[in-house]
Amino acid sequence: MTDTQSPGGAPPAGAPSIEGRTVLADQDVSRALRRVAHEILEGNKGADGLVLLGIPTRGVALAHRLAALIKDVEGTEVPTGSLDITMHRDDLRKQPVRAVETTELPQGGIDGKVVILVDDVLFSGRTVRAALDSLADYGRPRIVRLAVLVDRGHRELPIRADYVGKNLPTAKTERVAVRLAEVDGHEEVRIGAPGRP
Amino acid sequence: MSQPINNSAQTTLIRGARMAGGETSDILSANGVIVAVGADAAAQTGEQAEVVEADGLIALPGFVDLHTHLREPGREDAETIATGSAAAAAGGFTAVLAMANTSPVTDTAEAAERIAELGQRAGLVEVIPVGAVTAGLAGEQLAELGLMASSRARVRVFSDDGKCVHDSRVMRRALEYVKAFDGVISQHAQDPNLASKSSCCHEGELSGRLGLPGWPSIAEESIVARDVMLARHTGSRVHIAHVSTAGSVEVLRWAKAQGINVTAEVTPHHLMLTTDLLAAYDPVFKVNPPLRPAEDVEALRTALADGTIDAVATDHAPHVRHDKEHAFIDAAFGMLGLETALPVVCTAMVESGMMGWERVAKVMSIAPARIARLATQGRPLVPGAPANLTLVDPHRERVIDRSSSLSLSRNNPWHDRSLTGTVELTMLQGRITARQGNVLGSAYE
Amino acid sequence: MKHLLSIADLSRDEIGEIMDTAISMHDVQRRQVKKLPTLRGRTIINFFFEDSTRTRSSFEIAGKWMSADTINLTGKGTSVSKGESLRDTVKTVDAMGVDMMIVRHMASGAPAQIAQWTNCSIVNAGDGMHEHPSQALLDAYTLRSKLGDLDGKHIAIVGDLTHSRVLRSNLLCLRALGANVTLVAPPTLMPSGIGSWAATDSFEVSYDLDAVLPHVDAVMMLRVQRERMSGGYFPTAREYAVRYGLTARRLALMPRHAVITHPGPMNRGLEISADAADDAQSLVLDQVSAGVAVRMSILFHLLSGEGSSA
Repeated sequence: MTDTQSPGGAPPAGAPSIEGRTVLADQDVSRALRRVAHEILEGNKGADGLVLLGIPTRGVALAHRLAALIKDVEGTEVPTGSLDITMHRDDLRKQPVRAVETTELPQGGIDGKVVILVDDVLFSGRTVRAALDSLADYGRPRIVRLAVLVDRGHRELPIRADYVGKNLPTAKTERVAVRLAEVDGHEEVRIGAPGRP
Repeated sequence: MSQPINNSAQTTLIRGARMAGGETSDILSANGVIVAVGADAAAQTGEQAEVVEADGLIALPGFVDLHTHLREPGREDAETIATGSAAAAAGGFTAVLAMANTSPVTDTAEAAERIAELGQRAGLVEVIPVGAVTAGLAGEQLAELGLMASSRARVRVFSDDGKCVHDSRVMRRALEYVKAFDGVISQHAQDPNLASKSSCCHEGELSGRLGLPGWPSIAEESIVARDVMLARHTGSRVHIAHVSTAGSVEVLRWAKAQGINVTAEVTPHHLMLTTDLLAAYDPVFKVNPPLRPAEDVEALRTALADGTIDAVATDHAPHVRHDKEHAFIDAAFGMLGLETALPVVCTAMVESGMMGWERVAKVMSIAPARIARLATQGRPLVPGAPANLTLVDPHRERVIDRSSSLSLSRNNPWHDRSLTGTVELTMLQGRITARQGNVLGSAYE
Repeated sequence: MKHLLSIADLSRDEIGEIMDTAISMHDVQRRQVKKLPTLRGRTIINFFFEDSTRTRSSFEIAGKWMSADTINLTGKGTSVSKGESLRDTVKTVDAMGVDMMIVRHMASGAPAQIAQWTNCSIVNAGDGMHEHPSQALLDAYTLRSKLGDLDGKHIAIVGDLTHSRVLRSNLLCLRALGANVTLVAPPTLMPSGIGSWAATDSFEVSYDLDAVLPHVDAVMMLRVQRERMSGGYFPTAREYAVRYGLTARRLALMPRHAVITHPGPMNRGLEISADAADDAQSLVLDQVSAGVAVRMSILFHLLSGEGSSA
């Protein structure tokens, strides 16, 4: 979930890049993710008990990217899945009806695991709040941590990320767009002017 | 039946009206009677005469409705004889036949006389009761037809309307019996085995799609066919109320060609509204017999124009709001008709070129008066005739507004429709009873 | 989308979206914690003027699992006799500020009329002989999950069609999804005007079940009430079962992949034999299971999103 894209949620796959300036080019995205993968392993002292859950749409792609990076380092397959939070959002009535994305938990579930929630942009914190609620419906992880590619500030809830690819100071009205190769065909993070990207 | 003579001593000159035949004339009425028509009418007019300028208006004999539900006694919350009379006068009528399905039913001489008396008291139209054919409309035992006929109400038309006299034996006996006093049975043609009480939508693709109990054309046509044969067999007069299907028209055409003594009426709504109006389940369009497809409407128009159908009758059926605001199959049958009859006939039949005004005079006044054996109604506008007349503006267009009705009820299917032709003035026995939809007579004095 | 009164109100895409969301809702149904906060604070009235344990409980569970407050009201019999009109009855409930009324009524069209009289969302949970949209959506969902995309699939609908609201909704739904439909019943149990209807909406009509079965991908058996015999619709239950029942012999006429549905409750031995009802190809229990998920999806689509009624 890209908070910045509201209203309307994540842009459709293959969305055109926005006006404005690029803050991470494609090499930068890979580099940032590699660092995040290392930090996760350090924090957990290895890959034991880890589960990566991406928040659709781009969080899922990032979770799979992190899993691959961890495998490169540790040689271990980290169970990876997706967690849709549509039904837990607190702004359903402020926006058009959303398509519901899939939730796919890895075999073995999340009970007693160290769940890393993965999303592209951390903004108000509401998406993460919804994700924590949704997670509780599926089981009881031992620890839940949050990894994001971009933290752009302006939190509206007491939530912070454990692993951040890039801290990006923004004005509240500015728009941040993340583009990933798997979803969009190219890779970058841009800051756009207020209004339509 | 005598009308109260309050101000009929008055003299009125109607100036420059077009007669049904097309010629322009002045009409002078005095003492409730037409005393002069034509160029010499103005010359005979005294000083005190009220003058009505009728330039561009058509003068027709006052309308006669063979089929009105006035709801009194029993449902005075929906209509009373006084309010129904007001709506009738506003609609250009000078006589209405009040259907028998009141509570109690008009199946005795006393009940009939009571209705006639209330009609006289209202004093806006001649109110002639229709007597029930069978006691309590139960379809079994004949009501006291002869006593109603010989009562002060002089009942000549008998009907179980709302219900069909479906038992062939009862229908045969009724037809035979009324011959003694020149009565007529007005049949509500609906075989209850083919169209039950819950049947509420013309049976066809639409009823199939809407899941509404179908009211098939054959339920009407089979009764019409049987009854014209019974009329032939008994040599009696039979009248078919609210004919609604092309098949019934075919049977009637054949029967008339055979010389069978059958007459028939069609309602204004069956001349224009079609079954597809039911698609939104609005009970205002729920009526019995139901609205039919366009092919039937076309056949009815042709039959009215060519004389197969003799008369237009409103089947004015007022209902209070809460009797209509039910699920469609639970809501009451019927729609208002008195105030919109002329505009509908004008729009459907005259504007379309199917009928001239002479024929309108025939189907709305002369023929129904003759069927009901009313001596003082439906007379051509000539000197010596009772001054019962209606002035019509054939070109004025009006958007119907249900809230402006003089009826107590609002179940008006014409609401928000634009119709051409308005009743400008109604005169009953020389007295102006209504002008442009407003009543002037005694009912509101 | 404010109301669900008829399948005719839905586009093909909207039907697809409701089915897609139902897949996620079906997952919720299989979880230990069957609760979503989605409709927290919303009030849903199950207004059942006619008994229906199955549909009512299914909607009630759907509402509860999505955290709506659900209240059941019954309006046994019509209130015509009490002097209160249907309009009065529903306006009274609407005035309490409810978000949605799920209406079951014995009269065709009642939910559409109620939608005119109230401000809340109206879901038609079966009206007389007219429609039963949620049943059609769950049938389509069940069929799609077994047969894949229904475009071009051939589905026979068999039974008392003239009195069936399930037929009318399914016919609209399956045609909207591109399926080929053949209606099979004795002529007395076909809806009126079926000839012109079939021509307008492009479906087939047959009186011969044996001739249709070899070509179907699914056969949808509808309930036949024994009381119809007294109305002269068919001579005896025995004759109906022989001519139109899904018997073991007829089961063998169907292609191997073809599936069987029945909205229930079944009249075993009349329209469907025990062999057919319990056959491996029977989806009867899948239909029941899909009922809650599809209804959750319907509630979601009507009550979330901009402009959903307050």
